[in-house]
Amino acid sequence: MKSLAELKAIRDKMQGQVGLRDEEGDVTRVVVGMATCGIAAGARPVLTAFSDGVQEKNVKNVMVTQTGCIGLCMYEPVVEVMVPGNEKVTYVKMTPEKAMEVIDKHLIRGTVVSEYTIK
Amino acid sequence: MMTELSLNILDVAQNSIKANATLITIGIFADTNKDRLDITIEDNGSGMNKEQLSQVEDPFFTTRTTRKVGLGISFFKLAAENTGGGFFIDSTEGKGTIVKANFILSHIDRMPLGDITATMHTLIIYNMNIDFIYRYQVDEREFTLDTRELREILENVPFDVPEVSTYIKEYLMENKEDVDQKVIL
Repeated sequence: MKSLAELKAIRDKMQGQVGLRDEEGDVTRVVVGMATCGIAAGARPVLTAFSDGVQEKNVKNVMVTQTGCIGLCMYEPVVEVMVPGNEKVTYVKMTPEKAMEVIDKHLIRGTVVSEYTIK
Repeated sequence: MMTELSLNILDVAQNSIKANATLITIGIFADTNKDRLDITIEDNGSGMNKEQLSQVEDPFFTTRTTRKVGLGISFFKLAAENTGGGFFIDSTEGKGTIVKANFILSHIDRMPLGDITATMHTLIIYNMNIDFIYRYQVDEREFTLDTRELREILENVPFDVPEVSTYIKEYLMENKEDVDQKVIL
């Protein structure tokens, strides 16, 4: 069985590196709807795709979070992207593959992927 | 309907989060001799008053304002009763809520448990202000993950740091494999 001992080693390694997290102002927020409609439509893998993708590609200043019902149940999974200084973009019928595209085109390069947004 | 019980668990746990719980206990107990699966989700959130509690199983009752339906509890209850199992929910305003569902393990309509590791990992990482006690048991084998123990060890290192997040996922996955042995839930 995996034990908690490994965790001590991780803590020791990370303690020096945890800097101040920039919680306000410049952080782009990616919000994934996780109400019953979202979960049933497949939001859990979309959330994982976003957080894994952001981590792997080392995208800075992005916070991935979840929320409850947004009210657009027939369009779930729904992901809202809020880049500071820009209008909120609502992506609908998301999948893990589309999530990777949004990370590349919108989060990294700053272009909204309009084919996936709400009409 | 959901396709796996781990999604129902994720869904009901969202209710606990909405209720401002600071401690959520999730227990999964499978007994192959008794042919029974028990799932318990308990929280210390704001709870419900008697009127809300009496309506909570009604799919047309919800406290949210965006829609007129609240399907989470109804789906979970239906999933349990479809297998000949049972469902129980109780709540005390200001104290918390407990949801218990039990299933006949071998029933043909018993949904698979599914990716419970993803559900628990998602809950823990995305709600770092909430503590979780997770207990997974199959027959006599079991393991527990208590995020309060993790916090004690990690001190000020948060859960969503990549190394820690991966560690938590591996901890959940490996311990589950050890407990499962050949049993597939």
